[in-house]
Amino acid sequence: MDFWEYLGNRHQQLLTDAYYHASAVFQCMVVATVLGVLIGIVTYRSGWAGSLATTATSTVLTIPSLAMIGLLIPVVGLGVPPTVIALTLYGLLPIVRNSIVGLRGVDPALVDAATGIGMSRPARLVRIELPLAWPPILTGIRVSTQMLMGIAAIAAYASGPGLGNVIFRGLASLGSKNAINQVLAGTLGIIVLALLFDAAYVVIGRLTIPRGIRV
Amino acid sequence: MSETSVAEKATSGAEEMTSVAEKTTCGAEKAASAAGKATSGASIELESLTKRYPGNPQPAVDNVNMEIKAGEIVVFVGPSGCGKSTTLKMINRLIEPTGGRIRIDGADVTDMDPVKLRRNVGYAIQASGLFPHMTVAQNIALVPKMIGWPAARIRSRVEEMLDLVGLDPGEFHGRYPRRLSGGQQQRVGVARALAADPPVLLMDEPFGAVDPITREHLQDELIRLQHELHKTIVFVTHDFDEAIKLGDRIAVLRERSHIAQFDTPEAILTNPADDFVSGFVGAGAALKRLNLTRVRDVEITDYPTVTVDDPLQQIFNKLRGSGVGEVLLLDEHGRPYKWLRRGDMMRARGSLARAGTLVHDTVTRDATLRDALEAVLTDNAGRVVVTGRRGEYTGVVDMETLMNSVHELLEADRLDAVEHQQELAETRARQTHGEQEGAGGEKA
Repeated sequence: MDFWEYLGNRHQQLLTDAYYHASAVFQCMVVATVLGVLIGIVTYRSGWAGSLATTATSTVLTIPSLAMIGLLIPVVGLGVPPTVIALTLYGLLPIVRNSIVGLRGVDPALVDAATGIGMSRPARLVRIELPLAWPPILTGIRVSTQMLMGIAAIAAYASGPGLGNVIFRGLASLGSKNAINQVLAGTLGIIVLALLFDAAYVVIGRLTIPRGIRV
Repeated sequence: MSETSVAEKATSGAEEMTSVAEKTTCGAEKAASAAGKATSGASIELESLTKRYPGNPQPAVDNVNMEIKAGEIVVFVGPSGCGKSTTLKMINRLIEPTGGRIRIDGADVTDMDPVKLRRNVGYAIQASGLFPHMTVAQNIALVPKMIGWPAARIRSRVEEMLDLVGLDPGEFHGRYPRRLSGGQQQRVGVARALAADPPVLLMDEPFGAVDPITREHLQDELIRLQHELHKTIVFVTHDFDEAIKLGDRIAVLRERSHIAQFDTPEAILTNPADDFVSGFVGAGAALKRLNLTRVRDVEITDYPTVTVDDPLQQIFNKLRGSGVGEVLLLDEHGRPYKWLRRGDMMRARGSLARAGTLVHDTVTRDATLRDALEAVLTDNAGRVVVTGRRGEYTGVVDMETLMNSVHELLEADRLDAVEHQQELAETRARQTHGEQEGAGGEKA
């Protein structure tokens, strides 16, 4: 059976897996974005808190994903919980770092001007600082998503959802006639998903970055 | 050749300015009739205002006492790091004072909610501080929106403010700041600061980041605005010439914001309080004095003129009849066009198009004497045409009138200064006398 035949026979299963994969990454990204930006907002003003947040999140990133998921299984069990926790933790670093860098990068003169014309702190954050820091934050979100696409495949190790299952099945039955097809289909599927997400971010960027600061 | 083209540009620039000024005047009239009278200035009192930073034994601003009258422009000027900016920022409490009181219009604002205070105090900073992600209209609308004006009123106010600072609302309304020139950004910055009609306007080196020519224009605009609005303006700069041009009174500050002298520009120029002030005034006080007087304040002589529509015979008669042997040829709108000398018509064989030398530099009645002197010095015959608002001929200023006026001015300043010193001496004498008597009374 060649690769195309395999795809034709199994497309139903592959599409379902791809859908779960995308959905897992998407939901974890939403959580990671909210958490990451919040951590950024809370810490960007102080030097040590900012570096603490960045160091903590980058430490998380150095843990091998397989080990992380393996360590989570005894604590939270199999399936969705370890997947979501691991993906969210891995997704944090680029978002936290870019939020801090973005918020700190807002021209102090503009912050001064905003305060000077009588904006309260929350108003200044929502109306001036976040919109101006949004392009770097969005870049962080984009990088995170690309990373999570790959890491999500490992989640299959903990019986998580997604295209990782296809890859793992193929790897487990190396030598059988469909093994290579399975690994190939899973990998290509993840690449296609990643590209689709990236395209979506370009659109989101177009829609959400104010025209005055678009490059 | 290049000189002529530059001069032409300058003239057309001046025309532009005039037309802008006209537009804005009627804009302001409209505004005044629409919104009733604009709020004019409030007095500001600073009482032993002090700022100390932790870990620094020397205060950054030390015990500043100052009274700023309603509706005047006070300029803080001093070397960098002298605390002038810090002092300014304490007025709207962007920097919280560690000691002293601030009173605006008699009301103590030292302990009120700073956010509320700042909405009543306009604030314009260097490089405009416009928010790049908002359009010009959104930037201007910020403060009115925050204090809860209805949308319709905000909309008309934005148009009105753009008009006021000389920008066409239709063209600039929806633009983003990065698509404006530096000067235009600065105008929008001023418009935003004035949008909610605050009685007080604080300006922190607002024109520091624009090129010298634009800066001159913006300064002229500010003077014109102030003529209409009568706000109380506190202006910080390190450029003494700017201080002289804009200030009703100038506070020369030395380190830790100590006031070295707080007086009118004339008094500071002619009678600096000490070596620090005279050092800051720099050389050429007499030349700087020229910046304080406008062409309309000096004697403008009349010149024989003819227009291009006059018959040639009449022009010849005027030429022959004029004592100076020269007439000024005006174009069909009454604007100066060419200088005609006696021999010119002969050499050009009676053709007006070829005869004479083009008038390449003019000054308006609002120009400073310094500008006029500059123009007179570069003119080959030592005179310059003065024009009215539409560029029409109103008279001529020459070297002699300028010299006479400057002598008179300096003499008058000197007399003022002497009188001022006598007054000071008298009050001091009276004080000492009073103290001695008081002391005597206590003893007894």
